[in-house]
Amino acid sequence: MKKLLLLTTGLIITTTSIGQIDATLLRKRHVDTTGTMLNMDAVYNRPFLSLGKLPVALGGYAEANWQHLGTDGITEGHQFQMRRLTLFVASSIAKRIKFLSEIEFEDGTKEINIEFAAVDVELHPLLNVRSGIIMNPIGAFNQNHDGPKWEFVDRPVSATQLLPATWSNVGFGLYGKLFKKNWVFAYEAYLTNGFNDRIIDNREGKTFLPAAKKNRDRFEESFNGVPLATVKAAVRHLKIAELGVSYMSGIYNKFEDDGLQLDKKRAVNVLALDGNMVVPELHTSINAEWAWIFVDVPETYTQQYAKTQYGGFIDIIQPCHRGKIFGFENSTINIACRLEYVDWNVGKFRETGGNIADHLWGIMPGISWRPSAQTVLRLNYKYYNKIDMLGNPPARTAGFQCGIATYF
Amino acid sequence: MKRFLHVLLIVLSVPLSCKKLEPAAPEDHETLDGPVEGLSDEQRAMFLKGDIAFNNDVFTKETGLGPLFVSTSCGSCHAGDGKGHPFTTLTRFGQINEQGNLFLHAGGPQLQNRAIPSHQPETIPAAATFSKFTPPANTGLGFLDAVSDADILAMADPNDADGDGISGVANWVSLKNYITLREGSIDNTGKYIGRFGKKGAAYNLLQQTAGAYNQDMGIVSTYEPYDTFSGEEIDPEVSNQTVQHVVFYLKTLKAPVPRNINDPGVLAGKGLFTQINCSKCHVTELKTSRSSIAALSYQTFAPYTDLLLHDMGNALDDGYTEGSAKTYEWRTPPLWGLGLAKISQGGSYYLLHDGRARSIEEAILLHGGEAAYTRDKYKALSKEEKQKLITFLESL
Repeated sequence: MKKLLLLTTGLIITTTSIGQIDATLLRKRHVDTTGTMLNMDAVYNRPFLSLGKLPVALGGYAEANWQHLGTDGITEGHQFQMRRLTLFVASSIAKRIKFLSEIEFEDGTKEINIEFAAVDVELHPLLNVRSGIIMNPIGAFNQNHDGPKWEFVDRPVSATQLLPATWSNVGFGLYGKLFKKNWVFAYEAYLTNGFNDRIIDNREGKTFLPAAKKNRDRFEESFNGVPLATVKAAVRHLKIAELGVSYMSGIYNKFEDDGLQLDKKRAVNVLALDGNMVVPELHTSINAEWAWIFVDVPETYTQQYAKTQYGGFIDIIQPCHRGKIFGFENSTINIACRLEYVDWNVGKFRETGGNIADHLWGIMPGISWRPSAQTVLRLNYKYYNKIDMLGNPPARTAGFQCGIATYF
Repeated sequence: MKRFLHVLLIVLSVPLSCKKLEPAAPEDHETLDGPVEGLSDEQRAMFLKGDIAFNNDVFTKETGLGPLFVSTSCGSCHAGDGKGHPFTTLTRFGQINEQGNLFLHAGGPQLQNRAIPSHQPETIPAAATFSKFTPPANTGLGFLDAVSDADILAMADPNDADGDGISGVANWVSLKNYITLREGSIDNTGKYIGRFGKKGAAYNLLQQTAGAYNQDMGIVSTYEPYDTFSGEEIDPEVSNQTVQHVVFYLKTLKAPVPRNINDPGVLAGKGLFTQINCSKCHVTELKTSRSSIAALSYQTFAPYTDLLLHDMGNALDDGYTEGSAKTYEWRTPPLWGLGLAKISQGGSYYLLHDGRARSIEEAILLHGGEAAYTRDKYKALSKEEKQKLITFLESL
């Protein structure tokens, strides 16, 4: 009993003393704004807090929102959502060895994912090794998906329902950067575990790369033993823009099991282009991404599952006021607009020769207030026009979303 | 500061008018889905469960799809509960007379023309005749189900006693062991009147639904327990409860609501429809008898069918049949909802049993057999009269 009392008292004292850490000791590591950062740096280009000389830095972000959306007169009413709570832990293990992890709680605790947990070893600016759970560098959004960086409550449809953001896998690879006057060149190349056959066998009833994430074993074992290769090259002119081209290629089916051949190897290939720029003088920010997906679907399977898909988005953000608002010295008001298009099934019906539709276009105007660079309050109006694969009259969804996203 | 407060107030007031900036519901007559009026709260809840199972449940390998199949969900064949598209047209083969299907050993009666990866789909045996069936609309099926056998037989005229050239016979079918007879069913040497399907070979909506799960999606139930790939009895892949919810959903889908009923062109077309004898088979009005669903009991409705088989001539004789129907006989398809076919068929018409007719006129001109006289009367109409008749049909 005496021991138990001592232990309890000790625990209370320890907890209290931790709770009483002087907040001034927490040092804020600011986001790099030198202009030399590329999209690939997004994973480290986040605000972190570190405590004194401890080699560990902490961070995270949260996103919550209200929305009222209706589809052809039917609405779910007022919805309050806690979309994400993400925690980062970074540590410098040695001078040129660092570790970063990102754990995300989506929709409350409905999904808990390790989105990133990798060790980086810097050998040379052009040769760095990354190993662990990495975010495959396909397009731009996948690596640069933090809610507070975006002016819209929803993530782009093409990034989450065409490409599978956030798409993380276990693997390793190399990356590097080269600086030449106003130019920055970069590359990334990784081998990781890859997709599985859920991409053409899922409850969406369409070729759907995000369905691969339903395989709970994917961080433990490769579905078919063939690595997924992802490569990206990017170039940035410090005064003009950044352009990226990325490619991902792998085998998605279990072509053999227990030494027995079951099918031929079936490939999934993804090509993506991305770019971002800030228009001089106007300070208009433009961010765009477009992807093409090619899947080897068996001829004898249903045409619901497409061999080709494409889609993308463009975000245009215009700052319209900078200054003090409600006491926040560096406030910014932005007006924004996102345009989206996704075609989940590019092809023609064998039976009629007619076009297979299964596409969506959307427009999302919005206004946002950034009381600081790390926090955004945003109000969007969303309008989506979705057409089924037969090309019947569209399902129209529209409504307002209002939310907050902030790093902490 | 004041300026920002004003802006903030304006910005925040916009979402308060959110309903006004959301897409409005289409008018009732513009769509085929939705329940019949007069359902109780419990019935509406069951309708919703059936709606979800019918339209949202997409089968995968994990949930039992195939391995041989035609489609992955009910909704993919009946978009918006309307007529289907040639993409999901069914192929049936192997039966040429009422003696039964000769190719059950070879995968009959239905071709599963798709297969999950690493499997091969079926092919039609060289010696088998076949027919293609475009998925029909689902609407108003509960009303058709509740018509009494006596009323159907009252419309039959097997020997053409009235000499109008139109006979009309019932398709007498053997019942599956899981079928419960509906009230007032008429027994004809152990066979009963079928009324659903292109040949009228399905007795009721449970047979139609359990058969579709099994033959269209490769989903086994306790009703249809045999796997279409192995032929073996396997564990159910869909619950009886889900099947019953879907049956209830199909029974309680509303009847299509006609449009422009007071338009002079439509009214004139309606007159021509009767005048040239279209209504002899596409009977304008039927009545339901007592139904376990009160909203369907003793209702008068306008399906434009007599639920009987008619000789449609050589051009529509594919050499395949079901039940006691001859290969050239087809059950009169209900014409209600015809004008809305395009909104479920991708903007085009695919009419007649196999979708071969690309317009209403083409469908009329392909009528033969008992309908030849009426077809010729249609041909003799003036261009304006033809247009009025078609305008009427499109209003259904």
